[in-house]
Amino acid sequence: MRVDGKGLVDRTRPLSFRFDGQSYSGFEGDTLASALLANDVRLVGRSFKYHRPRGILTAGSEEPNALVTTGKGGARDPNVRATVQELYAGLEARSQNAWPSLAFDLLSVNDLAAPFLGAGFYYKTFMWPRAFWEKVYEPAIRRAAGLGALAETKDGDHYEKAYAFCDVLVIGAGPTGLMAAWAAAQSGADVILADEDARMGGRLNAETLHVDGMPGAEWAADMVAKLAEMPNVRLMTRTTVTGAHDGGTFGALERVSQHIDGLPKGGVRQTFWRIVAKRSVLAAGAIERHVAFQNNDRPGIMAAGAVRAYLNRWGVAPGKTISVFANNDDAHRTAMDLQEAGVDVAAVIDSRAESRALGDYRVIAGAMVTGSTGRKGLTGIEVQTGSGTQKIATDCLAVSGGWNPTVHMTCHMNGRPTWNEEIASFVPTPGAIPGMETAGACNGAFSTAACLAQGVAAAKASLEAINMKVTDVDLPVADDTAYSVAPLWAVPGKGRAWLDFQNDVSVKDVRQAARENFTSVEHMKRYTTQGMATDQGKNSNVTALALLADASGRGIPETGTTTFRPPFVPVALAAFGAGAQGKGFAPERRTTSHAATIAAGAPMIEAGMWYRPSYFPAPGETTWRQSCDREVGYVREAVGVCDVSTLGKIDIQGPDAAKLLDFVYTNMFSTLKEGRVRYGLMLREDGFVMDDGTTARLGPNHYVMTTTTAAAGQVMRHLEFVTQVLRPDWDVRIMSVTEQWAQFAVAGPKARDLLNGLLDTPIDNDAWPFMACGEVLVQGVRGRLFRISFSGEHAYEIAVPSRYGDSLFRLLVARAEGAGGGAYGMEALNVLRIEKGFITHAEIHGRVTAQDIGMGRMLSRKKDFIGKTMAARPGLNAEGLEQLVGLKPVGPVKQLTAGAHIYSDGEEAVSEHDQGYVTSVAFSPTLGHYMGLGFVRDGLSRHGETLNMVDHLRGIQTRVALCDPVFFDPEGERTRG
Amino acid sequence: MRLPCPMCGARDVREFYYQGAAVMLDRPAPDADVEVWDHYLHVRENPAGDIEELWSHDAGCGAWLKVVRNTVTHEVKSAKLAAEVAR
Amino acid sequence: MRFSGLKVLKEGLTGNKGWGPHWRNPEPKSEYDIILIGGGGHGLATAHYLAKVHGLRNVAVLEKGYLGGGNVGRNTTIVRANYMLPGNSEFYSHSLKLWEGLEEDLNYNVMHSQRGIINLVHSDGQRDAFVRRGNMMVGRGDDAEMLDTNGVRKLLPMIDFDQTRFPIYGGLYHRRGGTARHDAVAWGFARSASDHGVDLIQQCEVTGIDVEGGVVKGVQTTRGPIRAKKVGMVAAGRSSQVAAMAGMRLPIESHVLQAFVTEGLKPCLDHVVTYGMGHFYISQSDKGGLVFGGDLDMYSSYAARGNLPLVEHVAEAAMTLMPRIGKARVLRSWGGIMDMSPDGSFIMDKTDIEGLYVNTGWCYGGFKATPASGHTFAHLLATGAPHPTTVRHRLDRFRTGAGIMDEESTGSQHNLH
Repeated sequence: MRVDGKGLVDRTRPLSFRFDGQSYSGFEGDTLASALLANDVRLVGRSFKYHRPRGILTAGSEEPNALVTTGKGGARDPNVRATVQELYAGLEARSQNAWPSLAFDLLSVNDLAAPFLGAGFYYKTFMWPRAFWEKVYEPAIRRAAGLGALAETKDGDHYEKAYAFCDVLVIGAGPTGLMAAWAAAQSGADVILADEDARMGGRLNAETLHVDGMPGAEWAADMVAKLAEMPNVRLMTRTTVTGAHDGGTFGALERVSQHIDGLPKGGVRQTFWRIVAKRSVLAAGAIERHVAFQNNDRPGIMAAGAVRAYLNRWGVAPGKTISVFANNDDAHRTAMDLQEAGVDVAAVIDSRAESRALGDYRVIAGAMVTGSTGRKGLTGIEVQTGSGTQKIATDCLAVSGGWNPTVHMTCHMNGRPTWNEEIASFVPTPGAIPGMETAGACNGAFSTAACLAQGVAAAKASLEAINMKVTDVDLPVADDTAYSVAPLWAVPGKGRAWLDFQNDVSVKDVRQAARENFTSVEHMKRYTTQGMATDQGKNSNVTALALLADASGRGIPETGTTTFRPPFVPVALAAFGAGAQGKGFAPERRTTSHAATIAAGAPMIEAGMWYRPSYFPAPGETTWRQSCDREVGYVREAVGVCDVSTLGKIDIQGPDAAKLLDFVYTNMFSTLKEGRVRYGLMLREDGFVMDDGTTARLGPNHYVMTTTTAAAGQVMRHLEFVTQVLRPDWDVRIMSVTEQWAQFAVAGPKARDLLNGLLDTPIDNDAWPFMACGEVLVQGVRGRLFRISFSGEHAYEIAVPSRYGDSLFRLLVARAEGAGGGAYGMEALNVLRIEKGFITHAEIHGRVTAQDIGMGRMLSRKKDFIGKTMAARPGLNAEGLEQLVGLKPVGPVKQLTAGAHIYSDGEEAVSEHDQGYVTSVAFSPTLGHYMGLGFVRDGLSRHGETLNMVDHLRGIQTRVALCDPVFFDPEGERTRG
Repeated sequence: MRLPCPMCGARDVREFYYQGAAVMLDRPAPDADVEVWDHYLHVRENPAGDIEELWSHDAGCGAWLKVVRNTVTHEVKSAKLAAEVAR
Repeated sequence: MRFSGLKVLKEGLTGNKGWGPHWRNPEPKSEYDIILIGGGGHGLATAHYLAKVHGLRNVAVLEKGYLGGGNVGRNTTIVRANYMLPGNSEFYSHSLKLWEGLEEDLNYNVMHSQRGIINLVHSDGQRDAFVRRGNMMVGRGDDAEMLDTNGVRKLLPMIDFDQTRFPIYGGLYHRRGGTARHDAVAWGFARSASDHGVDLIQQCEVTGIDVEGGVVKGVQTTRGPIRAKKVGMVAAGRSSQVAAMAGMRLPIESHVLQAFVTEGLKPCLDHVVTYGMGHFYISQSDKGGLVFGGDLDMYSSYAARGNLPLVEHVAEAAMTLMPRIGKARVLRSWGGIMDMSPDGSFIMDKTDIEGLYVNTGWCYGGFKATPASGHTFAHLLATGAPHPTTVRHRLDRFRTGAGIMDEESTGSQHNLH
């Protein structure tokens, strides 16, 4: 219920919202949680395993119980923390993990079966019969598990990434963070102050404490206003710093528009920030811990600090008659604040015998809560005092077992926190994150005055570390009450006392784990699932490991902690992966002929990042094969045009250019004459083939290397490695010019005729023999011409600066069509090259040597080259290795398929008889049959043998003869013609 | 992680390509013993501590760098141009 | 104590008071026949098979931390036998068969779930390569099917078939592939080994390996010296440090591989999916969390944690492939230390030091290998000869060039596999 005169919500702005279909009303400034409590809604969720009824526990992002689903359709958002979700008009939230309804959940029957479902039960059963695991047990477990459900359609929301840089990143804008930011900013540092909340101020907004004589929330608002005016300060609200990474890099998640209905046009739901900071100040505060006692998980049992926050910040009393159970003085503030606000306080049950009231309320000292009643909402508690047991009627119990500093981020780089006996909790270990100071409550300093002072000190230390002058700032006057706590982890007694609320881990489970020898804290966690829920143990880990320490007879420091890992709060995949939906994942590379190719109706296929035409359909053609066969015919009989710009082109210049080529190719290049092209084979240093291609010598010290499309990047990096790392003394420069030149193959008997119609100076066979190259003028444009062939025909590749690519392609195709030819695509290119036995990366796939592909003779004996020594290893030259062969069908089945294996003739098609595999196949319209390339053991010396090709996956079995890989024009006469 | 490229200044690790241990700087003679080549290409000290290694500023200036970095803490201690170290 | 549904029932009715330790906490003896350095999945599995298959029980597993705390406790739990190259093919085939009988063998439910693995195909060339792989699998006696786009669509409605950057032309479907509960695998092997008399000694770091005259004599540990006739090094990402104690250098580089899990969600993904063009793979755990990962961070590391570029890259791949999971929240990220070998395949061999054996180089494929690694390493330790499925996995194969198994075909650069 609302409490008059309390809270920072705007009571002039009521907002209506729905929860599980029911309409309610809240105010601007509410969270969904505070609004639900204001409407006396206490049951909000079900636990994961036993489907126990659960209510709101906390007032922060650590909430384990109040997880709801918001949004509809593709915008459906499961597992939203009601404690973080700001209220807006029209917000619709639904409960999760309950069926048919939250109030009546069939799977709550699990709770009755709990004795059989304790820690690790599934490791001990469901083993018989074997097939039942996948068919019966696992599906049942899967159906019951999970929290919310994902949307049925894709996420229509937009997410974004952004970068920021600063001198000092301050994480958390409570009193500590505000003071740290202020001190750093006064000294002129570039400051980013990030806070998870929509309203900065931290606990100052949740307490009735004063700073500098002003109510804390007012002081905080004043300070925020002052900071906002400083040009060197960036305030980031609704921004959770999620991870500390190497080199002062932080991840941060900004909830840009999760607090409004729908997304404004062009708007962004969340932004994932990468912040690089020279120094950082962690001022993340602390999280209150619970006390384990029988049925301590009922809706209405909450964290004491959260009850105070709901009262002071949101003007909500989570119950009519509230009691408090604590082991520390801090929780007494809850009673005092409630009392002052006129809310009935039944009693404060304090486990410490010496405890006394700090105000006008009843204290039961030296007592403990041993049980509770009220399945779907608390109705009463059972209290055990030295003199007996009493029942107290209460509908809200505020529990505090003390505060745990929020040390999580200090563990992100493998740091382990240090146990502090005084506060009975862990504090950060200094230096855990390089460049990070920790200050305030997350450092174990719990009074406001100490927080303010530590904030200033942290700012000073940060600035001094980066040699910035520090300006003194005045410390405001604030409360300096000492924090006093007497550890109380679990109340002795029968029944189930809960630790991890969401995963339903009880004190018994931890003790049973210890009894079963899961005494390492990691073992206990993994065996019981303690701390593995959505809060990652923020609420319960310290308590659980204290109990494990007790159960295993060790101290808490020796027991240690599990590791807190990023992200600090869960981050939507859409935020981490912003921008990558659809085509955003990787760049799309298009050649200059792309538009003309699309206009011609050619289907495009991906070649790495590139798009290339598969084939160019003609009217009347219904299958790709028809188009392909026709295009092959263009090249064999007339002239074809194909864009080959995607091949890597590397410009190499300098007096030592030839040395470089000799070193990276297996064969000799220093003997190559100007105006000539040579085929080269390149190895990796381990002796296997890296790539092949041609290199043209354009001038005395000027070469252009061509790589395959697939290996262009790899080869370029390799050349950089060779020139910078291995041979920095050589005078040679290299540059990728792949995108600077548009290059087209013009292939076929009529290729020269076609070109002569376009070149300013016609060419002939004497001046431009096979493997010639040089500059030409193409309709007045300076271009390059290479007489090379990947089809076995009389062919050229003509290159012009990319800006002329589109028009040259259209011109070439038009002329080719005039000569009875036309454009051809990748399918025809593939047929043409297989007919000639030319290899691609289907053959030089990274596991073959020059010897394997019959190019052993290209390994020069006269010079050193990359890969030479390792290529000579005996294992790479042994008998029985798979070598490149041609394959022809010789039996009744005529089809060959790539990926099929080749087995010994007459033997069963199993691995023992495996002889090799097929890498490339095509139907040759020229020869009228299928042909294939593949690798067969000792294949170079087995031409003429008949073997059995079997494609188990496609159900094809074909008898094949091994042959020379060159199927067409083995003498190469057509190329020279 | 950020690497201080001598050409470009401190840049995020996503701009760099990793090659491995800086032993790759010292390519053996072609006729060196196969053991020497095995150590050049395959066998690694693989220290849990400071390592000298080669990175390329692929998405930046293209320079190959010799970096000293700690493999346990990821602290980057220095970065020099490989071309200058190798010379 | 034998585990069964009946036992769970009985204990449930009597207050669960009868459960005892899953393994003993013995004090180290002064001498063992065999010492295994490393109490991860492979070390524990080796111990199990040494005791159960070879009857060797005077065996100790020395673990510097807690049992199963290495990569077996921090992987993405995928189990498959879809290797392409001879050597690996028979080994992983052997492993999968062991998985299929593991729960019975161990009397422990490791939740081995054969929910099927689909490797997506994005190009004709990739399809051919996957068909080659699938044919190897079938030829080996394992299962493989080639799905077309519609076949994939039926199994994986989560995928965005229309907009994704690289088109889905089909997938290689391996029905017997799946997942298992990783911790349970370690615990199941540990429990069985301990029951069979093997001493599992936690918090016992090996600080030295004693070698006299080229023969191993034992180890020095933080809990004193222990003599042994044979020593097996099974230390995964820490292999290089362990081998260095014996004066050896290995062809291994240690790298960090990150993995991720989201908050629990209702079932939405029934199979394991790999997306080669995006270096991304994903499955959904029985608890409902989406478990996924990608490539190495790429730099040498012992930190067991990574950096943001890889986190974001993996999430980006997820978003182009299955944007419907965009609102799933990443709950936790972590890293493991991968023992990367120069060809991406493991090493299991004797060393030049008599009695000293090495088991390393699992790259990021070690989890699915756990039973076979244990089974074959136990064979090597017990008989002195390699198991028929590991004859190729020699330590000297990079020097000789014989038997290199480069599945990724990326060459002798450790981090590219």
